[in-house]
Parts: sequence; structure tokens; C-alpha cells
Amino acid sequence: MATNTHNTTQAVTCFHCGDNCVSTIMVDVHSFCCAGCKSVYLLLSQNNLCGYYQIENAPGTTQLQPVMESAFAYLDDEKVTQQLLAYKDQNLAKVTFFIPTMHCSSCIWLLEHLYKLDTGVLQAKVQFLKKELSLSFNPQQTSLRKLVILLSKLGYEPSLSLNDLEKRAQKDYNKKLSYQIGVAGFCFGNIMLISFPEYFGLDQFTQSSFSKLFGYINFVLSLPVFLFSAQDYFKSAWNGLRKKHISIDVPLALGILVMFARSSYEVISGNGIGWFDTHAGLVFFLLIGKWFQQKTFDTLSFERDYKSYFPVAVTVLKNEASVTVPVTTLHIGDRIQIRNNELIPADAILLKGNAQIDFSFVTGESLPVSKELGEIVYAGGRQKGATIELEVCKKVSQSYLTQLWNNDTFTKNNQSAIESFQQQVSRYFTIALLAIAFGSAGWWLANDSALALNAFTAVLIIACPCALALSSPFALGTAMRLLGRNQFYVKSPAVVEQMAHMDTVVFDKTGTLTQPSEAQLAFVGNPLTLCQQKLIASVVAHSVHPLSQKIKQFMGTNQLFQVTRFDETTGKGIEATIQNHVIRIGSEKFVNQQPMGTLPTTLATRVFVAIDNYLLGYFEFKQAYRNGLSEVMQTLNSNYSLYLLSGDNSSEQNQLLPYFQNPNQLLFNQTPAAKLDFIQSLQHQQHKVMMVGDGLNDAGALKAAHVGISITENTAHFSPASDVIMSATVFESLPRFLQFARATRRVIHASFVISLLYNIVGLSYAVQGTLSPLFAAILMPISSVTVIAFTTISTSLLAKKGGLQ
Amino acid sequence: MSVMFILIGCSFLLAIGFLSAFIWSVKSGQLDDDYTPSVRILFDDFDTKTPSANKKETALEQPEANPVKPITQNQ
Repeated sequence: MATNTHNTTQAVTCFHCGDNCVSTIMVDVHSFCCAGCKSVYLLLSQNNLCGYYQIENAPGTTQLQPVMESAFAYLDDEKVTQQLLAYKDQNLAKVTFFIPTMHCSSCIWLLEHLYKLDTGVLQAKVQFLKKELSLSFNPQQTSLRKLVILLSKLGYEPSLSLNDLEKRAQKDYNKKLSYQIGVAGFCFGNIMLISFPEYFGLDQFTQSSFSKLFGYINFVLSLPVFLFSAQDYFKSAWNGLRKKHISIDVPLALGILVMFARSSYEVISGNGIGWFDTHAGLVFFLLIGKWFQQKTFDTLSFERDYKSYFPVAVTVLKNEASVTVPVTTLHIGDRIQIRNNELIPADAILLKGNAQIDFSFVTGESLPVSKELGEIVYAGGRQKGATIELEVCKKVSQSYLTQLWNNDTFTKNNQSAIESFQQQVSRYFTIALLAIAFGSAGWWLANDSALALNAFTAVLIIACPCALALSSPFALGTAMRLLGRNQFYVKSPAVVEQMAHMDTVVFDKTGTLTQPSEAQLAFVGNPLTLCQQKLIASVVAHSVHPLSQKIKQFMGTNQLFQVTRFDETTGKGIEATIQNHVIRIGSEKFVNQQPMGTLPTTLATRVFVAIDNYLLGYFEFKQAYRNGLSEVMQTLNSNYSLYLLSGDNSSEQNQLLPYFQNPNQLLFNQTPAAKLDFIQSLQHQQHKVMMVGDGLNDAGALKAAHVGISITENTAHFSPASDVIMSATVFESLPRFLQFARATRRVIHASFVISLLYNIVGLSYAVQGTLSPLFAAILMPISSVTVIAFTTISTSLLAKKGGLQ
Repeated sequence: MSVMFILIGCSFLLAIGFLSAFIWSVKSGQLDDDYTPSVRILFDDFDTKTPSANKKETALEQPEANPVKPITQNQ
């Protein structure tokens, strides 16, 4: 075997994953950082799949964590596979995986060549933006479990969660809109073509029979526009009216209806050729606006609840045998087994093992919490370290955390939305429009009754608020795209407008104001000598405890001594012997029999160190606040009232106090339900509340708030349901984003004035009964295009001015 | 001028052809993913034989000649 291990001093990067190699493994001419990366390379090179490395440099993901094949045993369960597979018969099964680690062209290439690694694979297709892999395979030659293990070994572990078991609702409405746009565009183009003779006044030169024929053709062409493409406007206007609510769709539907009716009448009675071109054009532009509004970020999921985080199955111990069961069938009293990196699916009592629970997705706390035997471990934590056993004491849906989702906030729909500018305006607009239409009809009835119907319909046609209906989608849609470019991903364009209304900002502490990845580590005591550092590093290198690994990194040395005796006591510490030196690392009681006494009490985690019974001092892990925190808080303070909602105790109150106006704006010891209640109480006081949080314990508050922002270190990872997903790297820009949202609202106001000006020009002709179809056919597209251009360009300019990229 | 009827008929047939092509493309999911195909088309065929040395390499499961000590994995 051409494998060769040796240490090198200069930085070598791994051929597979591109990480710096601490110790290098050489295969052929390539270096690898770990056995995992090397084995992926060997697997690929045996199957002639080295093209993987030619498309991109070091395309792999690090393979330091070995794949636990036993962890996927639940995929052999008939019930589970049935729910995961989209289709299955004897020779064919189809499944779609979500693969968060997919990141480059090489990934696409390798995943689509999966059939070379497993002959059972019939077809593999990647949807890169959604990070989805659709597989068709022959269930007689391979199995779901084998495929998942293969993918995991390659570094593409599919994310399989409880959510996957519930069939996803297909997004077919998007396709319907595409058809509607296609049909409207087709009819619009052809009607324009047929109307050309009319535009140029060529009627005199051609026979009048053509004019009549063209009229009928236009009528036939606009039927699908009226009946199919525009149907959603009629439906939504009618639904709104039934609820006594006048939306922008009411004047739109009215305009479309009147236009079609009057044109049909003119064509059939032979009085003219009607307004079919304006009619089709209007519907076409409106649908384009709707399409623009519906565009969202495919890669991000804004609707995640605990189900998309919780595992599909868990190992249950029954009569000394372990069985894998779906978590939905877990009962109180079941004894479950949780391995390293597995999630605890229900509140349970710890029975056996060393529990180091990582609650970072729940609370944002980066350091694992250790639990004593007999203590209740809340659902949602991830075990770090050895296997533990627990007894379930609550059902999955009734746990401390998950019962939050039984709250009304999650069942009621969108109760916290603020009325948009468009909604406000359209009410007055519709009333004014109807007043003008009836007024002019009445005036003409009194003076020249022949023109009354003409004036009435012309008003409704020309005032059809197409430009108004387009201004919000285009301004907000552009704003959404620009914010997305700055890693501030908004769920829908409407959220941008909501952001402009906020007057209160509520923050979570841990993981939101603090940085989960960078807990600051410091040594308190006499500075350590190089030899002491090496001794400590040699001891902690043998421990898988996360704190040990942090200390190992902090020591920063790779030269290690031989450890002759190593003894780790669960939840207490390590005692080890190196060259006759006894080293004790761990809790204060464990290391030092006589406590030092007068240590300032904080919640910061401390690890004490003693060598040969002499106490050297302790390592202190402190949460680090985010970069630019004070600037962000100062800027926001002038425009917003700020609150802090933390699940932790008040040990950090003094550090945070300067950022808030007064101490009662900082609330500590808040349960997830209390956070939700607090947001709602602010809303009852008529505040417009924005919540910034990160973990599942903020999920209720994020949902209840007018705008919920979840902040995340990695947008591909889990983040709770919210209106906005913000990358943690742009935390400093938060005030700028809010400023930009307000500027966008001003753009909408301005474009409303522009569209109103066009309406006034058109109306002045309409009320006189002299509006010609040609004039309408020119005015309508011009007003729409002006508004689209104005909103898009000015929003982009404001973004540049506001310091956005 | 009666040739106009034929011309109009032809132009509609053509336009309906395009419309049905559009509807077919939406239905068959061609517009669902507008990124991956643009990458896929640029892949060359890499399936050339790799040096024969690789073929002698044994499978994944074979134990390492020089196992990496757990210490060095902790970077």
C-alpha cells in the first residue's frame, strides 16, 4: 500500500477537503489530512471518478468524524422507508434527499455519477439551488440505508428529519402562474399584431370585412386571458368583498371585467374594435408583477419547526435488545440509547453514561452542559461524547420545548401582519374611483345620455390601477434581492415593507448578541510555562470532552508527551500521570480539595488545573459578544426601543446594561413560552415589534413578532421558522438594513404619486367621453413601464447610497 | 387579398406551436431548476482510465498500514 504517514512542518492542504493538514497521509502524489478524506479519495479513484478533483480544487468536506453505520439502522424499517420514498414498486424506488453539504460543481458531478459506486442506482439528478438529490434505484440491488451510508461516507450526508416523513405540499401554484403568464403573453402579442391596422389607421385601405374579422379574432384571443389568466383577480376580489375588505384586486377586477364586456359589445354590435389589446396587456403586466413578487430564495427554508430538526428514529432498548423505532411512536417509560452526536427527541431522565448535552440549536449556548444521573434532560439537546441511556418521561410533542408549537400563534395564520400601503390606499382609491365613474355617468345622463355609458366604462378602464399594483411588487422585490445579496434573506417582499414600520427591537442574548462559535478562553493564574502547556495538552488530547478539545486548541502545541496513566471521571475531571507528574484537570472540587474560597461568582465555565497537587489556576470560558455590538445598539437606540429576552440568569446584566435605555428592558430567566408572551404583550401596547433570535427557544417569539429575524452562522444549517434569515457575519449592518427598508417604503410612496399622475391624465379624457382605444393602448403600458423602471432603479440607487453591496 | 386568411392562419399555427412548447417545458419541469443544467453541460467526460497503480489499492475496509493516532486528529 502506498500509504505513508509522516509529520511535516510547513502547511500542507488536504487534496480532498482543502483543510490544513496537521499530520499528512500521502497517497500517490496527494496529501490528505485524515483517514476519512483518504478513503473517499481511494473509493473514487478505484471507480475512475477522479474527475471530481479536476472540476474544483479540494471539493470535499472534511471526514474527521467517522460515519456510524449503525446509526442508520432505522432506514431498514419498513414504516420509515415507506414514508421517505416518493415511489416504490418491485424494481424501482424514488427518493429525494436534502444534502446541506452540497456546495460546488464537483458535488453535482459526483452525485450524478453515483451509479458508478452503487450499481443499484438507476438515475441521480441534482437540483443545486435547492441542494436536493433525486435518486431512482432498484430496491432489489440496493437499499435506502446503503445509499444513505454511501452518501455519508462521501461527505454528503442527507439531512433526514421528522419533517421528511410528512409529505411535502407540492408547489404547483407556481406552475399555474407560469401557464397564466404564457397564455396571457401569447394572446397579448397576437392581439397587438391583429390590432396593427387599427393603430396605423389602415382601415380605409383594406376592406371592412377584415376589420370585422380582426375584431372577432381579438375577441376569441382574449377569452383565455379573461377566463384563465385573470381568474385569480376575480376570485381574490370576490373573497375580499365577502369579508368586507376592499383590496387592490377589486378595482383591478372591475377594470378587467368592464374592459372585456365593453369590447365584446363593441365587436359584436359592429361599433368598433374594442380594447382587447389593453385588456390582454394589463393582465400580462399584472401577472409579471405577481411572478416577481413570488420569487423567493429556493435554498432557504423559512418554515422550519422542531420537526425539521428532530431525528426520524431513535434506538430503544427492550429486554436488553436494541430496536430502532420512529420517534413518533415513543412512549413514556421507554428506555432510549443516544450515541455521540445524536439528538435527544423527548424529555427524558438520564439513567446511564456521561451526558454532555449541546443545546446550541435550542438556546444558542455553544458549550455543552453536563448532566447528573437522574436529572431530566430536555428534548432538543445533542449528546457529545460516549453513548448514554435515558428513560422517556414526556411524549415528543409534549416536551418542554415542543409544546411551544401547540400555542395558538402557530395555528392561527399571520395574525400579526401590519396593513400594507397598497391595502390602505386601495380602499380609498376604489371609493374615489367609483365616485368619479358614477359622477361622470350622472353628469352625462343629464346632458348627453348617449355618452353616459361610454364615460362610465372609460373611467373604470383607464383608472384600472395597474401601475399602482406593480409599484409595491417591484420596489419590494428589488429590495429583497439586494438584501439577499447582503446575506439578509427575506421570506417574501412584503416583509421588507413590514420592517419599515418597526419601533421596537427585541434581542435574544445567547447566540444572538454573543458569538456561539467563539467562546473566549482565558487562563487565570500564573502564566504557564512551555513545559506545563505541553503537559496539559498531552492530557486533554486523550479526552473527547468538548472543553478538553478547546483547551487543546488553546495550548496550540503539537508536541505531546507519552501519557502513562489516564483516568477520566464523568462530570468531574481527568487525572493523568506523565513522567511521574500527576496532572489533574477538572472541576474545582475535583482538582482542589480545599476550595480557594473568594472567587467572584459568575456563570462562566471554569476548568481547574493542578500539577503534582499544586493548583496552577483555571481556564475560563466566556461568551464573546458579536463584533460591532455597541455600534449596532447605539444606532438602533436612537430610533427604536430595545429589549433583551434571555433564557439565562442575570450574570451578564452589568455588561449589557449600557446598551439599553433602562434596566427593566433586560429580562432574564425567560422560558420559550414567556418570550412569546412578552412579544404579544408589547404588541397589545400597539408596538411594532421585531424579534432577533437564533435558537428553537426563540421560535415562539420569532413567530409572534411582526418581523422575526433568525440569525445563523451558516445559512445551510438549521434556523427556526422566521421572516428573515440573517447571516451572522452581517450583524453589524442590521441598522443599515432597517434604514434601507424605510427608504424602500418612500420609493413606493413616490411611485404611487407617479401612477396617480398618469391616472389623472387618462381620467381627464375619460370623463369627457373622448378616450380612444388607441390612447389607452399606449398610456397603459407606458405607465406600467415607467413605474417598474422608477421603482427598480431608485431602489437600487438607495441601496448603494445606504451602504449595501 | 384573400391570401391574408392563409397568412393569418399560418401565423396562428406558428404561435400556438410556441405556446404549446412553453406549456410543455413548464409541465416537464424544465423551468424548476435554472442553475444545475448550466453547470452540467460544461462537464467533460472524465472517465479516462486512471494510472494502474490505483487499481491495486484495496478497498475501504482494509485496515491502515499506519493507523493515524487519535491525538493527531484533533488538529
